[in-house]
Amino acid sequence: MTEGTLTQTVIEEYQRIVGSDVIEQLFQLAEPLKGLRVVHVNSTRVGGGVAEILTKLVPLSNALGIDTSWEVITGRDEFYQCTKSFHNALQGNHVAIPKALLKAYEEVNAANAEVLRSTLQDADIVFIHDPQPAPLITHFPERKGKWIWRCHIDAGKPYRPVWKYLRNFTSRYDASIFSIASFAQPMPNPICLIPPSIDPLSDKNMDLSEAEIETVCLQHGIDRQRRTILQVSRFDRFKDPLGVIEAYRLAKRFAHDLQLVLAGGSADDDPEGAAVLTEVYAAAAEDPDIHILMLPADANRVINALQRAADIVIQKSLREGFGLTVTEALWKGKPVIGGNTGGIRLQVINHHTGFLVDTPEGAAYRIRYLFHYRDQLKEMGLKGREFVRENFLLTRHLRDHLALIHALRSGGSERIELHRVNLPGTGE
Amino acid sequence: MESPATQAPFLVRDCALSAYGTGLRAQNLRELRDRLTEVSTASIYYHFWGSRLHPSFEHPEYPNMFAAWVHRSLHDHRLGERLGIIDPMDFHDLEGLRQELIEIIEQRLEETEVVAWSAPDDQFYFMHSRVVVFDTPRTIAHPRDMAEVLPTLSNSSIFYHFIDARMRMPDLDDFRAWLIGYGDEFLDLVEALGTVDLFFVPLAELRRTLADVVSAHFSGHLAQEVHHD
Repeated sequence: MTEGTLTQTVIEEYQRIVGSDVIEQLFQLAEPLKGLRVVHVNSTRVGGGVAEILTKLVPLSNALGIDTSWEVITGRDEFYQCTKSFHNALQGNHVAIPKALLKAYEEVNAANAEVLRSTLQDADIVFIHDPQPAPLITHFPERKGKWIWRCHIDAGKPYRPVWKYLRNFTSRYDASIFSIASFAQPMPNPICLIPPSIDPLSDKNMDLSEAEIETVCLQHGIDRQRRTILQVSRFDRFKDPLGVIEAYRLAKRFAHDLQLVLAGGSADDDPEGAAVLTEVYAAAAEDPDIHILMLPADANRVINALQRAADIVIQKSLREGFGLTVTEALWKGKPVIGGNTGGIRLQVINHHTGFLVDTPEGAAYRIRYLFHYRDQLKEMGLKGREFVRENFLLTRHLRDHLALIHALRSGGSERIELHRVNLPGTGE
Repeated sequence: MESPATQAPFLVRDCALSAYGTGLRAQNLRELRDRLTEVSTASIYYHFWGSRLHPSFEHPEYPNMFAAWVHRSLHDHRLGERLGIIDPMDFHDLEGLRQELIEIIEQRLEETEVVAWSAPDDQFYFMHSRVVVFDTPRTIAHPRDMAEVLPTLSNSSIFYHFIDARMRMPDLDDFRAWLIGYGDEFLDLVEALGTVDLFFVPLAELRRTLADVVSAHFSGHLAQEVHHD
């Protein structure tokens, strides 16, 4: 397949899902930016939400005619230990980071700056993702373009000493991006708010055949003739899996055929996760209708199938970031019963896309409610899918990036007017 | 009024909105009032209008974010109702709208002895927006083509021409301004479009409503012409 055909295919696939008006809009926003060199930098090519987004965002951006590349910094063990601690500290955990790790962090960034010098020095726009490559900017005092720090983490209540350290780097950028307002810290630069997105063409979200869904359910002992509720999340106290089991038990008194699927990842490297998992098994008490599934990190199609097989998806978190599992479930036309916290509040709207709850009792009541009013269950599912189509797909994410680039290039005005000048093929 | 010999086609434009944090937030009504005095008018614009283009569910009950937060997070339903009924088009500019908001909140503060607080993780975050406006290749050659073109426009295009326009031209939108250029010929349609309530419907539904109004207008006229024949 030639590059041109590939580009055409990417565009056509997205157009089929989001509509031609959305794609047309992307082309119009991208047109004045043709010729620009945009570079994204993060610390991993595979695994994790950022890599997942960039895997599709970069080709789509290139398909619009913007020269976009993706660079990955590499480091040694101490570097990753340090950045893992940053991640925890930004989410509010009190983590003391030894000076030796901070030194390794800065050294790794200095070494990567030299490797990337020719790419970053003259780039027009540089997106630096998360804290791992944040110090790169200090090595480019003569940089040509605008540099943007994109924080994918909920940094609303960070551990202050760590944030104070990171601010030495992040405050030097031309702009920052946070997912939602409550995740942001005050910055000396403009704070753009861009929620994350899901890719409708990825294994986790693409359409699946009924046969594949059936096979996955068979493999995991899930009876498709019976009503099913599902929570997909790691075994973490903040995800409240015990609360979900309690809600299931309360609801089952009125829905005898109900089954619960708790699907999460292995907790081998997480001592607290292992403890939570033990408690979950104890709470399930060998109930054959509670299916606890330990799935590998790459089981995206399995998760996709489970979400499609469920009648209702639960995300009863006590604390949550944006909650992309909610977005994924809504995209599959499922109403979501979600914990009243974080980004779940942006997505789950009572009586429209699902219900927000504060207790297992609340979750149980809403499970019963939705099974009783099946027409509402269906209607909320349809509404949720449209809601995601308009707001949380990759195409919207790219549009927000393009709008931010225009805004940065135009100075401080609140309204930027772009006028077409004899675009090729328009007959003007 | 004579119909002009030629009226330029309607040039369809579109827009993309970036939302920005201001760093200002409120956890109770007093803080909301205080912050309202200091935020830029771009923030007032965002919380009344711009939020309709930012990823969030369009709350059908409260057409602006102040009313929705007061209702949902402070549980002050009386104030929620008073803020919800504010029609921003009653004000010549956003400064006037700001003063009205402050006035209503002041009044409520005088009525109540206890100031309600939101949960710490459910504060009101003041935001503002920047809008990128751009041309599209689409045009509408004649009003009768509107019914065909309107359903194909993006939500943000509808926002720009039908909602944002009211900030640029008091009491008018881009579609009606263009139709008025035809003189008396489409005044019925201008009037019908003027009655469309844009507050309670998502943009996609607003687009359908506008197309329906235009279709109804022209099918009515067609019926009249057939009748006269």
